[in-house]
Amino acid sequence: MTSATAAGGVKPPAVPKSRKSVTGTRRTVAALFLLPALVLLGALVVYPIGYSVVRSFYDQSGDGFAGIDNYKALFTDEGIRTALKNNIIWVVFAPTVATVLGLIFAVLTERVRWGTAFKLVVFMPMAISMLAAGIIFRLVYDQDPDKGVANAVWVGVHDTFTQASAFPKAHPGRESPLEPAGGGAFITKSPVRTGETVSLPLVGVAPDLMPDDAKPAVAAKPEPDKITGTTWQDFTRGQGVGTLNRVDSSELGYAGMRIEAVKDGRVVASATAADDGTFTLPASADGAQLRLPDSNFKEPYAGLDWLGPSLVTPAIIGAYIWMWAGFAMVLIAAGLAGVPRELLEAARVDGASEWQVFRRVTVPLLAPVLAVVTVTLMINVLKIFDLVFIIAPGSAQDDANVLALELYRKGFSEDQPGIASAISVFLLLLVIPVMWFNVRRLRREVRR
Amino acid sequence: MKAKQSLGSRLAEGVSGGLVRVFLIVVGLFWLVPTIGLLLASLRSPEDIAASGWWKVFTEPSQITFDSYSKLLENEDITSSLVNTVWITVPATLLVVIVGSLAGYAFAWMEFPGRDWWFLGVVGLLVVPVQVALIPIAELFGEIGIFGTVIGVVLFHVGFGLPFAVFLLRNFFAEIPRELLEAARLDGAGELRLFFRVVMPLGAPAIASLGIFQFLWVWNDMLVALIFSDSGSQPITVALQTQVRQFGNNIDVLAPGAFISMVVPLAVFFAFQRQFVSGVMAGAVK
Repeated sequence: MTSATAAGGVKPPAVPKSRKSVTGTRRTVAALFLLPALVLLGALVVYPIGYSVVRSFYDQSGDGFAGIDNYKALFTDEGIRTALKNNIIWVVFAPTVATVLGLIFAVLTERVRWGTAFKLVVFMPMAISMLAAGIIFRLVYDQDPDKGVANAVWVGVHDTFTQASAFPKAHPGRESPLEPAGGGAFITKSPVRTGETVSLPLVGVAPDLMPDDAKPAVAAKPEPDKITGTTWQDFTRGQGVGTLNRVDSSELGYAGMRIEAVKDGRVVASATAADDGTFTLPASADGAQLRLPDSNFKEPYAGLDWLGPSLVTPAIIGAYIWMWAGFAMVLIAAGLAGVPRELLEAARVDGASEWQVFRRVTVPLLAPVLAVVTVTLMINVLKIFDLVFIIAPGSAQDDANVLALELYRKGFSEDQPGIASAISVFLLLLVIPVMWFNVRRLRREVRR
Repeated sequence: MKAKQSLGSRLAEGVSGGLVRVFLIVVGLFWLVPTIGLLLASLRSPEDIAASGWWKVFTEPSQITFDSYSKLLENEDITSSLVNTVWITVPATLLVVIVGSLAGYAFAWMEFPGRDWWFLGVVGLLVVPVQVALIPIAELFGEIGIFGTVIGVVLFHVGFGLPFAVFLLRNFFAEIPRELLEAARLDGAGELRLFFRVVMPLGAPAIASLGIFQFLWVWNDMLVALIFSDSGSQPITVALQTQVRQFGNNIDVLAPGAFISMVVPLAVFFAFQRQFVSGVMAGAVK
């Protein structure tokens, strides 16, 4: 965090007119005050930079000069290329989304009385470790919708808009009149006739997955000029199948099962089973085969595989934004406090809508703050390590790879310090523009 | 006409005000729920966690148990790593504050050749990524025999905490009124006395911000300790990290462990919000 900050200080120090030392300090004293800091910085920060640069031109054992081979590996090594690609995704999306959210929160909290409480809640994750945040989000992203809150919400929303199928894993039992019809559907082996009753027994639906409104199955009564029948679970837990392919009193009807009558490959009639599993088809179904279409048997929707190969990076970026949007919000709110209210009022009096005021007055005035926040977050994101290391499960670490993680692997588990050094120098090169910017601005300020 | 307009805009404002409130409440829940989830998970038995989501405790409050915590506190690895965290964080914070103050004062008020250039050099180091130093320092520490020790971890944190410390404190000290320092000097105060009796007390707000910042930074660090500590000197973050690979099986250690590791930084955060925020601002905004 500290070393991540982009720049520029509290207000430019009010530089005393003549910044002579306060009544003649001896140089030796000055040296003594400075020595500890300079020695530590020299040994722990400056020397390593030089060492890494030199090391990056030597091979993995450190004995042979390797030229730019290690840097070539940055663009040829499969793992590093994935890391590079992911780092670009990170640097583009994480800082911008966090800044935009921070801006929205900062502007909106000004309009509610409990804005401070809200800010506290959003800012709080900044105080905790990325490790803790990682563990928090491992729980959030648990694949099982019964355990992970992300999928619980997502499945809830999904099932509100699409009908859940009712009978996963149902299939014909022994000596069944039904056979698979391909694609997960089942069809009667022989055609049906009017006046007959048809049995469509299946087995295999777990008791707790049966529809809540399923009632004990009832054998259908024959009706002239109609086809009647029953579809039910021909099995009771603890009692077995009872009479095979016959309705027993303890067996439940497949309430809501869809039944289609198929003649020459065309659906000529269809019906839905009642709560007791009975159904009726018109005379037009005479001579057709009855099919239970596959839509009856789809697995229930299990939500998104958040930590799978394709979503793992966006998911971890989500966790990062959870941690850092508060940082953006607090800085932007401070900038907002410095925006002259009269300007906003003047725009409103001139008839500008709230959106126009925001777009044309607030945002331009905040542009410098927004830039500082975004750049700070970019530097921070460049080095992202802990969150990826913790949240990405072993199987998805290759897909979620980032440069800092790859550096750690190469340097400390794959024994390739040459390549690891090249990665670190690459990271350093990326922050040099910011370094230069900081120094330039400060130079103007410290000049007497 | 005018009355009509204001009525219309008042209506619109009322509706949008309601929307804003709803939006912020939803966002606030989004931000709170993950942490609440961790807390409640840490208060359930591993069997319950494996069977259902943490929200189950709202319908079955009898599931709440402190077993995971009491087991955790009997876990030798965890308790000793908590002690290590303190042994790493406190010296790393104190050293940065002291060394940074000395240098900050020298840069602000002493006269020596190339002073501003030295200071700009330190400012340049502000954004150096720690990654650059991992391999060189690991080798250096290996040679001088402090690899895997608390001392090594502390030193690394001090090195990378210093640029910000010097930068922040120099800027703050430079704003101390010259007359105050001169008056103290006329009273016969020596350089050290001046530093401890005048500069440090006047710089207290900046020192507090820096201290809190550095404290949280070191307490929450995992990467540096992952590399420079061994199993005897590792802090809580590293101890927990080793359990993450078997996430499902170790949830009864991870959930309460993560929560315990969060308690101190959260307490510091809530107690010293203002200093924390001003530290954040000093780091970034202008």
